Amino acid sequence: MNRFLWPLLGFLVLVGFLAFGLTLKPSEVPSPFIDKPAPGFTLPQLAAPEKTFSPEEMKGQVWLLNIWASWCYACLQEHPVITDLARSVPIVGLNYKDKRDEAVAWLERFGNGYIVSASDTDGRIGINYGVYGVPETFVIDKAGFIRYKHIGPVDEKTARDTLLPLIRELSR
Amino acid sequence: MIPEIGHFSLIATLFIALAQGGLALIGAAQGHAAWIAFARPAARAQFLLVVVSFASLTWAFIAKDFSVAYVAENSNSRLPLMYRISAVWGGHEGSLLLWMLMQTGWAYAVSRFSRQLPDAMVARVLGVLGLVTVGFLLFVLLTSNPFERLTPAPIDGLDLNPLLQDVGLIFHPPLLYMGYVGFSVAFAFAIAALLAGQLDSTWARWSRPWATAAWLFLTLGIALGSWWAYYELGWGGWWFWDPVENSSFIPWLVGTALIHSLAVTEKRASFKNWTVLLAISTFSFSLLGAFLVRSGVLTSVHAFATDPRRGVFILMLFSVVVGSSLFLFALRAPKVGMGGRFAAISRESLLLLNNVVLAVATGAVLLGTLYPLFIDALGLGKLSVGPPYFNAVFIPLMIPALILIAVGPVANWKTAKLGAMAKHLRLPAVVAVVVGLVTPFLLGRWSIFIALGITLAAWIAASVLTGILQRMRATRSGLLAQPRSWLGMHMAHLGIAVFVVGVTLVTGYETEQDIRMMPGDSVSAGGYDLTFLGVRNAQGPNYMAEVGDIELSRNGQVLRTLHPEKRTYTSSPMPMTEAAIDANGLRHVYAALGEPLGDGAWSVRVYYKPFVDWIWAGCILMALGGLLAISDRRYRLKRRNRRTAAPSQRTSS
Amino acid sequence: MKRWWLILLCAVIAAPVWAADRAAEERMLNIASELRCLVCQNESIAASRADLAVDLRQQIREQIRGGQTDQEIRAYMVDRYGDFILYRPPLQATTILLWFGPLLLLVFGLLVLTLTLRHRMRSMTDRLLSDEERKRAEALLKPNNIPD
Repeated sequence: MNRFLWPLLGFLVLVGFLAFGLTLKPSEVPSPFIDKPAPGFTLPQLAAPEKTFSPEEMKGQVWLLNIWASWCYACLQEHPVITDLARSVPIVGLNYKDKRDEAVAWLERFGNGYIVSASDTDGRIGINYGVYGVPETFVIDKAGFIRYKHIGPVDEKTARDTLLPLIRELSR
Repeated sequence: MIPEIGHFSLIATLFIALAQGGLALIGAAQGHAAWIAFARPAARAQFLLVVVSFASLTWAFIAKDFSVAYVAENSNSRLPLMYRISAVWGGHEGSLLLWMLMQTGWAYAVSRFSRQLPDAMVARVLGVLGLVTVGFLLFVLLTSNPFERLTPAPIDGLDLNPLLQDVGLIFHPPLLYMGYVGFSVAFAFAIAALLAGQLDSTWARWSRPWATAAWLFLTLGIALGSWWAYYELGWGGWWFWDPVENSSFIPWLVGTALIHSLAVTEKRASFKNWTVLLAISTFSFSLLGAFLVRSGVLTSVHAFATDPRRGVFILMLFSVVVGSSLFLFALRAPKVGMGGRFAAISRESLLLLNNVVLAVATGAVLLGTLYPLFIDALGLGKLSVGPPYFNAVFIPLMIPALILIAVGPVANWKTAKLGAMAKHLRLPAVVAVVVGLVTPFLLGRWSIFIALGITLAAWIAASVLTGILQRMRATRSGLLAQPRSWLGMHMAHLGIAVFVVGVTLVTGYETEQDIRMMPGDSVSAGGYDLTFLGVRNAQGPNYMAEVGDIELSRNGQVLRTLHPEKRTYTSSPMPMTEAAIDANGLRHVYAALGEPLGDGAWSVRVYYKPFVDWIWAGCILMALGGLLAISDRRYRLKRRNRRTAAPSQRTSS
Repeated sequence: MKRWWLILLCAVIAAPVWAADRAAEERMLNIASELRCLVCQNESIAASRADLAVDLRQQIREQIRGGQTDQEIRAYMVDRYGDFILYRPPLQATTILLWFGPLLLLVFGLLVLTLTLRHRMRSMTDRLLSDEERKRAEALLKPNNIPD
């Protein structure tokens, strides 16, 4: 074979990769917690700070952990979807780096579908879960293992096509 | 109305470029004099039309015409005039129009400054450039039209990205594009030569000044970007190996190999295939860079608003241009002769070695930049490849190249005598080792890395100086009587030495502190004392600012007050840091505001950066060296000869 | 007078803390500069002003004070955010090509160079002109000579 064809061949391989690369999402960080136990914690409840919440309490159920904050615009966008989802599956809110009264006011104003919200005022628990932006949503199974992480606001399509089927499967 | 004129100008340019591409290339192949003659006026017409188009977009910005979508996205009624103009190239569509302006501009330059070339050759070159222009024009007109209208027109625009509202960023894109696009000329020459089946040393002689000109612009563009990042981003870094920085650095590395390779092909008619491949590659990497920046394939702080449709188009353009060139290369290269022979140790072989090192360095940077994409595409996870990798891999590769800089110029063409070379290099070697070993002691802390860096820089500088002195003595004439291209080479090499000094000393001796300061607190850096006096509010034309007052003193004597700022522009919630820098050529004292911590306390970043200006001074020297080289007599002589020659005589190759 | 001594004493006692703090701070910045800020994604955690970066810098500070090694701190980050957070890609099966690639390229390049040069030398032999040929050449080069 003509050895001068090598540059062209190499180039075609490169173009192949680049073309495939157009279909990927480079800025999404996959979670290393998939199929691993959800990190434990004990945090005060948002509504009643003298009481606490711990993920242990949810063992035996399939549930969602939704990271939200009153200062987060995208959380407001997904809130109707989340509230709707809450009819099919228990959702626990993790109020991330927020002020208690502002968070409570936000829930009063826009509706509260969460069975409970835990206050993570300094964001430590968020870090433990690998949270790097708000909102994020984790699907946790009956044994307390994280099965799926959704980054960004949950839209109806994701809720319908990804989350609900997964929840149904895990509930069997 | 005026934006529509701009739009129509582009469409007209497209047709002329198509005609030029087709007619000129076919005409050259078949010897139609009339079609060949069409090439030069067509180039001029295209440039004029694109100037009209660019001017109409600029007018739309100046006149605050927010009915044009692009203007509305990148401008604002309160944006100062200077930035309204630079906003023309602040976003994707406008920057492509700037690219078109450069593309047709370079083609116009070729049509004007190539009187001594045979018309058929010029027609081919302009024809190729015309086809490239067609590709980009289709991209603009089909996916990225800057003249789209918004109905109804918004009352006010969104504002130019605050990061771009800065003097450095006004000039960074134009300089970069002059470089990227300039390499399309060398590319066009290579393709023209392949098409004509005429690859000889004269082709190299003609291409060389064009390649060097493009190279010097790219050098300046990259240096400006680095300097901008240093003072604007607030963390004192000047190079981050970010994918888009790498996208500009890769063509620079290959371009450097190209200008060296052209020197050999011009002198000795050797390396023809290598040089042609390099000429094709340099422009190809410019296109690859454009793809990486605009397609969203790699995450980068520079990336324009990404649209997968645009990514697909650029990828297609990239594939067609580069694929067809490499195919043509594969067809014609086997027929190209080998040129002059040379010994195992000779200037040719040393330059060839230099090319290999530069090519490997390019490969390393390309590998690191694209690796996360490869791994993701293969489903193997998500990786980051950042400065620790690039520094670990690139710096060792550069050491042989830096050593070669001094060795190459003292080697003879065809056969070099090691003995004679050693004689020339003995003194520089001694000077280099001594300076390298001693300097770190003088500057406070000895480390092997600093010693190595200084040794290499001194090696290059000493060999440049001895080379110049020896030649002046041998020719018994002054510095300015030496040929400019030779002086340019030494100046550029000296620029590299200066650059290496800057990088070595900054990396070795810089200090960084990020501390909490109350008004009245002091911190010391590099022998200076900085006293934080407090922060006050101020207002700019389109932003609110918090301005800090920091007193800079030494030994109790106050030298000046620094005013770092945190600006919040009306258009963006992210505050911009404006660092305050005290510079004196030998060091920077750099202060930037962090966050307010309550009770009047602020987190403040203070840096001491010795010799950091030498980094960019070195780059400027390199560019000046290039400029000197292209102003060499032989490029001007040809024109003078042409004028005195008989008017009917067309110079042949 | 007494107060002057006291101040000096305080400074001496506090100095190791400041010095230790400075060293710890430097260590924190060294670790943080090799971690990617996931919010802006193109700055290191040392450089970024994002909230998450500020929080993570604080985390690192506390871990340093808690006696963790650099390795342990990095592992803490990777456990939560994956390999993506490391700017220095770890040496593992998927990155062998990355780390050894440049070296392999260099070896390959030098090999190609040597082979090409040798091929070149072999296929180009300069013949020296024989005496007869030289006479012919000189005759041709003289003016007024019309070659056969």
